[in-house]
Amino acid sequence: MTPRFLPYALLLPATLFLLVFFLYPFVQIAVLAFSGPEGFTLQHVQTMTSHWKFGTALTNTIVLAAIVVPIQLVMALSMASIVTKLKTGRSAILYIFTIPLGLSDLAAGIIWLAIFEQSGFLNSVLYGLGIIEQPILFLGYQNIWVIFLAVILAEVWRATAIVMVILVSGMGLIPREYYEAAEVFGASPWKRFVKITLPMLRPSLQSALILRTLAAFEVFAVVVALGGTTLPVLMGETFQWQFALQDRNVASAYALVILAISIASTLFFLRVLRVPKEARI
Amino acid sequence: MAEIVIKNVAKSFGSFKALHSIDLTISDQEFMVLLGASGCGKTTLLRIVAGLETPTQGEVWIGGRRVDHLPPRERGIAMVFQNYAVFPHLTVFENIAFGLRMKKLPQAEIDGRVTRTAELMHIEQLLKRYSGQLSGGQRQRVAVARALAMEPDVILMDEPLSNLDALLRLEMRAELKGVLAASKTTTIYVTHDQVEAMSLADRISVMNQGRIVQAATPVEVYRNPAARFVGSFIGNPPMNFIPATREGEGRWNVAGITVEGPDAGRERLDFAIRPEDVDIAPGGLKATARVVEPLGAHTLVTTEVNGAMFRAVLDSDIRVSPGDELSLVPKPDRVRWFDPETTAAV
Repeated sequence: MTPRFLPYALLLPATLFLLVFFLYPFVQIAVLAFSGPEGFTLQHVQTMTSHWKFGTALTNTIVLAAIVVPIQLVMALSMASIVTKLKTGRSAILYIFTIPLGLSDLAAGIIWLAIFEQSGFLNSVLYGLGIIEQPILFLGYQNIWVIFLAVILAEVWRATAIVMVILVSGMGLIPREYYEAAEVFGASPWKRFVKITLPMLRPSLQSALILRTLAAFEVFAVVVALGGTTLPVLMGETFQWQFALQDRNVASAYALVILAISIASTLFFLRVLRVPKEARI
Repeated sequence: MAEIVIKNVAKSFGSFKALHSIDLTISDQEFMVLLGASGCGKTTLLRIVAGLETPTQGEVWIGGRRVDHLPPRERGIAMVFQNYAVFPHLTVFENIAFGLRMKKLPQAEIDGRVTRTAELMHIEQLLKRYSGQLSGGQRQRVAVARALAMEPDVILMDEPLSNLDALLRLEMRAELKGVLAASKTTTIYVTHDQVEAMSLADRISVMNQGRIVQAATPVEVYRNPAARFVGSFIGNPPMNFIPATREGEGRWNVAGITVEGPDAGRERLDFAIRPEDVDIAPGGLKATARVVEPLGAHTLVTTEVNGAMFRAVLDSDIRVSPGDELSLVPKPDRVRWFDPETTAAV
């Protein structure tokens, strides 16, 4: 075999794997979502959109992502900036920051449930301090915003580190001489961050944001743990339709909605954070 | 007006002393070259003046203002980096304009200055390009233009030509000299290339192991090295050294011949002569030719005098073959003497 074809040959098994286990199910889901007894139909999509929970689930999912991802971005940028400036203890701090990454999202949800539930830590502390007379039901359907807040907290706590790790490695790739040049030519620390770090970090920001946003659109276990079905999200509804309501067609339609917003956001980040070929390092 | 005064500056990295108490004054508009081998501390000294490194002790004054506690941007300096540090995400125009934008100059002023300096450096046709689309020489020009556009009091250059190929380096060297002389800035220029240093400098500071060994004009540094190190570092081929013993009042025995010298109350001195400062004549040093290298204008002959290497640059008309016995007479006014213990010139 000529060396020219070797790389393709080596990539072939993985490509086949992806085709069989991702592309094929994807086509199946698309078929399920749009087919009925008489062939092509939009009926399942109609069933989905006309259900009262669809709008709420879509809004909740997007609002959650729109709050969680920017918070994580800002926190990860600050943390990464600090970590890259450390001379000693850098890896120790990185390890500590990345501990939550080792947890499954369900476990993370349960940890925060243990804090917020009626017999949880928060109530015990407030009660112990004499601030409340009896435990409060934080995660009830009467105050959905508390569930919302708890989900945001859990998500930020759980998944900020992955953004930070990507940004730390990205910052490590920016040569120090650029910072020194910027410093000599009059840039304050903040200006250096805006004029050098951010533009030169675009490739890493792109990866981190795409990765994080896609995961945010698929938020599920944390929401289930903290709110059950009180706070509908797209992934939760997909699960409901598939297993509780036993309607695979509508579940497939939901899956396609998640896919569509995922693709849209990916394209958005690819475009906005594009680095022209001639402007790369 | 920007005189640079470096007072008693020292720098340690952990237990390593990179600079030992440096004192140096660079006059307004002077072109000062810091010359030395790698690791001699020349770049560290430059970075201390720039403010990119903090001295362990000492003071730095620029234009009558003490600056060693100020950040680089408040020192009135501009710098050209060894790897150019031309920002890849900005066009050439924005690179040159970078410092001007930081100063919040009006757009018209920025346009004017960028255009002027770009023309000066012959890169006006590249203003819309990115660094990735430029050659090394063009990037170098952008880096210099960016510094000049600041109209700084002081320009600091850290081995700016070392990444260029030989021909381009020659061309840029001449151009830099012209441009910098016209800009009337005070310049500190770091290099390990002695030819570059000789051709550019008003004065050269020769550095060795964290100390300035000599700070003088290029010709002075070449003709009258203040220490044996300078003589052996400057000049290609370097100075020849032969141990000499005292024969009497002002007379020294150098490899068997008597040479007039100082009477410094010592028994031993090192005799030194540049390879081009010897003539073939009777009564000179007995030398056996080992290697003969014709270089066109001259012929470089490596010989052995008293078992030690001795180089002579002779007129290319003189016919010498390996194994020939030569008699090399040093020009009396070009002979220099060094103390073998302190290595200082006597």
